[in-house]
Amino acid sequence: MNTKLIFTIAKSLLVARWRQTLVAAIGVTFSIAMFITLLGFMTGLNDLLDGLILNRTPHIKLYNELKSTPNQPIAISDKFKNNYNFIHSLKPSGTRAEIYNYGAIIEALKNDKRVFGVAPKLVAQVFYNVGAIDVTGVINGIDVEAENKLFYFQDYITAGKFIDLKNTPNSIILGKGLADKMLANIGDVVQVTTPKGDRIQLKVVGFFQSGLQDFDKTQSYASLSTAQKLLGKPSNYVTDIQIKLTDMSLAPLVGKEYAKVFNLDAEDIQTANSQFETGSSVRSIISYAVGITLLVVAGFGIYNILNMMIYEKMDSIAILKATGFSGKDVNLIFISIALTIGFFGGLAGLISGFGLSMVIDNVPFNTAALPTIKTYPINYNPKFYVIGIIFSLITTYFAGLFPARKASKIDPVVIIRGK
Amino acid sequence: MSIVLQAKGISKNFHDPVTIQVLKDVSFEINRGEFVSVIGKSGCGKSTLLYILSTMDTDYEGDLFIDGVAMRNKKEGELALVRNEKIGFVFQFHYLLNEFSVLRNVMLPGLKLGKYTEQEVEHRAMEKLRVLGIDNEAHKMANQLSGGQKQRVAIARALINDPLIIMGDEPTGNLDKKNSQIVFDIFNELAHEFKQTLLIVTHDNEFAQSTDRIIEMEDGRIIRM
Repeated sequence: MNTKLIFTIAKSLLVARWRQTLVAAIGVTFSIAMFITLLGFMTGLNDLLDGLILNRTPHIKLYNELKSTPNQPIAISDKFKNNYNFIHSLKPSGTRAEIYNYGAIIEALKNDKRVFGVAPKLVAQVFYNVGAIDVTGVINGIDVEAENKLFYFQDYITAGKFIDLKNTPNSIILGKGLADKMLANIGDVVQVTTPKGDRIQLKVVGFFQSGLQDFDKTQSYASLSTAQKLLGKPSNYVTDIQIKLTDMSLAPLVGKEYAKVFNLDAEDIQTANSQFETGSSVRSIISYAVGITLLVVAGFGIYNILNMMIYEKMDSIAILKATGFSGKDVNLIFISIALTIGFFGGLAGLISGFGLSMVIDNVPFNTAALPTIKTYPINYNPKFYVIGIIFSLITTYFAGLFPARKASKIDPVVIIRGK
Repeated sequence: MSIVLQAKGISKNFHDPVTIQVLKDVSFEINRGEFVSVIGKSGCGKSTLLYILSTMDTDYEGDLFIDGVAMRNKKEGELALVRNEKIGFVFQFHYLLNEFSVLRNVMLPGLKLGKYTEQEVEHRAMEKLRVLGIDNEAHKMANQLSGGQKQRVAIARALINDPLIIMGDEPTGNLDKKNSQIVFDIFNELAHEFKQTLLIVTHDNEFAQSTDRIIEMEDGRIIRM
């Protein structure tokens, strides 16, 4: 009853000064809208830029590093046990690039709950034959479907279909830069030379564009079996196992564990690409700082307007107190005025922020680096909207706190006797 | 006869700019159903006394009992409740809220008390307005009324919770002769027909003469009661 009455009074005061109320609310609306748009846009860009690398990078890569064994025979030998041995010009020998028994490892990984997906890969050094000239390059033999699931392979395919790589035997998807260099079109047959000197003809089924020019000039993709055939290796020949985890932050830990369990080398994404996270977090901090600054400014606007309202409404406050409203009631009236402005201003801000994001989302944005991106990226994470409305309520609450306290402290005797 | 309001040795000092004692050991009682007026020259402390009696001014020495309950040591919220339930106010200025209709203005203290439902409070407010002859204006906004009508609305507002006592601070001070007479007649009617206890501060001797009892003050003391 009391609460309802207080809201009615707050509403009447608000409606009576609707112009000021509107100005105050627009301040909040504007800052929340900017906050939402800014964060959405910034995060969208972050995701895009990070995705450029992070989407394509496995969280953990298992492989055999070419290196000499740490346990050299001389160290094991009893004869030289008490000596300090120096070995110069140590060369690795007999290291196998392939992963032994990779099928069993993949099965084991797939049963691990922390693993989102696994994709085997085979990296083969080749020469692309362009007329009389040989261009050095790399063919990545991939499990087409797994690659697409884990690394969004099809997002980078600018022509042709990625699945043709699997369906067409002896097919290849060329980097756009490489294709231009080789003057190859889809359907053409290109010739590559393996390091062993074998010549193999492959059919071009598509182009990809990764956004990294140098990468596109040397790399191309073939199915795992095509790559194995190319190298003259059996179908259990795989050089890398790429793992994506459900929680990326676990990568260093899990990587070490797998390295030990499977007796392989592991490289985690944090070690490989540490700079990206730093960039993202700095950009987020900037967005939050700008948004909060805007809100604080809006808060001062509300503070001013409430202060003015209290001076105008001295008489009303005095009579309310004289007829039995306590200081707490008066305080609540002004706090609810502030929160109402905050809530509706904030809500309008969320809606216009969403609208503005949609507009930006439809602005054309073409860049050679990002073939599949046609418009500016926006992140519509509901988290920002929740933070936005909470911020607007908190700011307006604090903006209303001091005027409301002032109003609650008004001495009705002073006002009434002053007349 | 039961005592509605009792003041025991009330004193008050103003400290700004120099300490002046405005009330000196004021003691008196008001019985149920009495129509009391307080008169005295400007600055004799009669309004100050009224605001102490009304519980709005808590900075005084001495004791105040309303309905037999001591007001000293009560918290601000408790005093607000006492004002809401037991005291009706009529000031020199009407102090109606312009954001609300006449009816709503009258209803506000009733809604605050929360003793009756909103419909009942509305019904009671209409009744009070009818008694005061302004029920036709109930749905107008407060600022659309004339000065005399506004003061009558203020009286209706004071009556809404059937208070123990109505206090008035120069309730006719801002009104012309005709409206003063109307307000005075209303007070008379309330006192004699409805047995309402009234305590009215005034400097209008003619008004005071026709009340049941006159308390005359001078220099912060009661000289006649």
